Amino acid sequence: MSDQQSGQNGQYGHGVALSIEGCGKTFADGTRALEPVTLHVARGETLVLLGPSGCGKTTLLRIIAGLESPDPGGRLLFNEADVTRVPIERRNVGMVFQSYALFPNMDVSGNIGYGLKIRGVSESDRKARIAELVALTGIEGLEHRRVDQLSGGQRQRVALARAVAARPSVLLLDEPLTALDAALRDRLRGELNRLLRALGITAIYVTHDQAEAMALGDRVVVMRKGAIAQIGTPRDIYFAPANRFVAEFVGAANIVEAQCDAGALTLLGGKLPIANSAVNGHINGKVFAMIRPESIRVIAPDGAALSGEVDSVSFVGDRQRASIGGVAGKLIMVDVPNSIAIKAGDRVGLAVDPASIRLLPGDAS
Amino acid sequence: MSKKTFIVLCFVPLAILVTAFFVLPMARLVIVGASGDKGVSAYAAILLDPRYRTTLINTVLLAAATTAATLVISTISGIFLQRHRFPGRAFLIAMLTFPLAFPGVVVGFMIILLAGRQGLIGQVTLALFHDKQVFAYSIQGLFLGYLYFSIPRVILTIMAAVEKLDPSLEEAARALGAGPWRVIRDVVLPALAPAFIASGAIAFATAMGAFGTAFTLATDIDVLPMLIYTEFTLSTNFAMAAALSVSLGLVTWAILALARSFGGNTVAAAG
Amino acid sequence: MKTTRDRLIFAAQLAFTLLVAAFLIVPAVLSMMAGVTVNYFLGIKSGLTLQWVVQVWELYSDTIFRSFLIAFSALAVTLVVGVPAAYALHLRNDRWSRAVEELITLPLAIPGLAIALALLLTYGGFSDFRRSWLFILVGHAVFTLPFMVRSVMAVFAAIDVKTLDEGASSLGASPWRRFRDVIVPNARPGILAGSLMVVTLSLGEFNLTWMLHTPLTKTLPVGLADSYASMRLEVASAYTLVFFVMIIPLLTAMQIFAGYRTAMGLRR
Repeated sequence: MSDQQSGQNGQYGHGVALSIEGCGKTFADGTRALEPVTLHVARGETLVLLGPSGCGKTTLLRIIAGLESPDPGGRLLFNEADVTRVPIERRNVGMVFQSYALFPNMDVSGNIGYGLKIRGVSESDRKARIAELVALTGIEGLEHRRVDQLSGGQRQRVALARAVAARPSVLLLDEPLTALDAALRDRLRGELNRLLRALGITAIYVTHDQAEAMALGDRVVVMRKGAIAQIGTPRDIYFAPANRFVAEFVGAANIVEAQCDAGALTLLGGKLPIANSAVNGHINGKVFAMIRPESIRVIAPDGAALSGEVDSVSFVGDRQRASIGGVAGKLIMVDVPNSIAIKAGDRVGLAVDPASIRLLPGDAS
Repeated sequence: MSKKTFIVLCFVPLAILVTAFFVLPMARLVIVGASGDKGVSAYAAILLDPRYRTTLINTVLLAAATTAATLVISTISGIFLQRHRFPGRAFLIAMLTFPLAFPGVVVGFMIILLAGRQGLIGQVTLALFHDKQVFAYSIQGLFLGYLYFSIPRVILTIMAAVEKLDPSLEEAARALGAGPWRVIRDVVLPALAPAFIASGAIAFATAMGAFGTAFTLATDIDVLPMLIYTEFTLSTNFAMAAALSVSLGLVTWAILALARSFGGNTVAAAG
Repeated sequence: MKTTRDRLIFAAQLAFTLLVAAFLIVPAVLSMMAGVTVNYFLGIKSGLTLQWVVQVWELYSDTIFRSFLIAFSALAVTLVVGVPAAYALHLRNDRWSRAVEELITLPLAIPGLAIALALLLTYGGFSDFRRSWLFILVGHAVFTLPFMVRSVMAVFAAIDVKTLDEGASSLGASPWRRFRDVIVPNARPGILAGSLMVVTLSLGEFNLTWMLHTPLTKTLPVGLADSYASMRLEVASAYTLVFFVMIIPLLTAMQIFAGYRTAMGLRR
């Protein structure tokens, strides 16, 4: 299991801003939402919690926020101080909710300045800070609008400005882009990234969208059924998934059963050499191999070590995605550049870079 | 038979009932109101004649005080009941809403049992302080009576509104550092404002038009419905009674129309 | 994270709410007890008895019967008038229907006293009508109609009765057949809820009835007012007890029914 633990201690920034030690959560009705989790987040790091719904990522976020308390035995430390018993009002966290939770009875300035008001900041200082944040999030001119007069993207920015106004020690974001349409989401993702870097703030970001996770995270925590499946940098997760779940959840993956011996995989449609580095320990016999669609090249079928027949082709825009049969037990997805003419029924050969093949633990999970 | 004919037929019983027994009588009421000695100016009498004006002011003040007190009481208890689960909660809620169907006359009796000459409160104060407190037949008794029939209605409406509150707004306020009282003041109460207006208006309108309670308590204090009653039965001043009724009806209707624009169609029954 | 302060606030709120509940319930309980106690002032010690209830029956049984008669007649009227009207209003769904709904609901906004006065001034001259229980029935019907109509319309909206209607008509059913076979059976929850409301409201109606009644057409609430003024406390309490016994099952049925409908997803 050492793969999973690598990257657990952030090497980023200066020191550990947030430590979660053995925090699990069982709800009153008996549901086990989170298995005990241990994580350390470095100052200034953006840590993404990624996973399907029900995996416990939001529960973990709420425990960090102080909206839920961990099961007995769990500890939470902000800058080495134990905050497990401290209620959310006094934790000095900034939180952006999925629905933004903007106060309809206050205008934009009122919302942004609310945390400052609570802390007793003087009106002039408040005004200055609000102006600063309005400029930072690019919402000039909206200061006196009411919440229901704002678009989705504007609301998101106000929610962010409000959350960081009082300079929280950690920023928590609960699927902040999920409520927006796809085009807006893409655009705001980039802006959010720039903003988080500019602020240099420690941030925990929850999402089910793996593209978002990889674009925004310094490290990604992939979660499943209340437990951590893998922690690592986006590249680690993508190129070296620890298990089948992570492989399939992050990016498209072909996962095939094969026989492995003497450094080569034997599949239905031929043989594939694999690099030593891809082999976890000394493995012989039946294995699961992961190969990403973009790592497979289509070549002439004659003389190819691996070949099959095209089942269907779909045009994705910047490339084609072909399903090839007869190579392994099920259809293999292959990315084919638009320059290659390919259609259903063609016989094709496949070439795979041995270094891009990854062997996964035998369990089907 | 075509669909259109069928639909028209569906309206016939309604048309008969409502026209004959509501529209026509109400029209007659308006006309009678203008047919007395004072003519059409009878409608202004409610404001001009000192006796009627005093009654009107009494009624409005009583209704306003009832509404304010009911809203405060119902909000405290309503939020509490909706936000906490404890054994006996369902029973407590049932007890609070049980008087919903009591006619005003029964409410009056309840107040007599509490604060009348042989009332419970009187007996308790007699035992403790050697001074029997009897206030059923005074303005305090009337006020209590009005509270009695207003609270069950309003508390239900408030509880329903609290249930619909978005919890993430309160969480956001807490994340920003607001303590429980600030959260209530800055987030919860503003969010409940439409419910306050809607149920407050209904409580006010019901209190304005309440008859049975005042009748049973037979106080010296005149409220508008009692005035209308005495004008009709004792003074046989039909025109004045009619004019006052129409005025009262207009005011009540206007307030309820306001309530509806803020919060939907909740029931205002009995009184 | 429950702090001591949280616990204190909880206790204070609970105490407050209990006080309010006591204010509402204690006199009701007192009256129920007084109705079966030999002597109210001596309390339970004086013994339990049904003599007051018996006396109430001797004095006021006609009011009890009449109240039920009027309540169920009002129900019949509101069913015949209200259900088809609700259907027609739902189908038309235009500005005119809104106006009609507004008109139907008007009796709720106007004090019962005013409506009674209006009826007296208009029909008081028809002495046979004026002196019969039908006069009271008319007032009750006008007052309870909106509850039936609204209740049925709410169900129509929830079950998308228009589509059902279209489906039945595509199968060849005439408007009357559709009404009978499809519309009414599917509106049953609304009809039931409306019926419970109509009966309960009619049984407890006072403001209208007091003005419209004659010594020979008294209803239970009217009798109650009489007894509060002229009878001894125990008799008045026993009479109130009888009223409670009539009303509480209906209220409970409404609560249960409301819960059932929410569970069935027919109500928010």
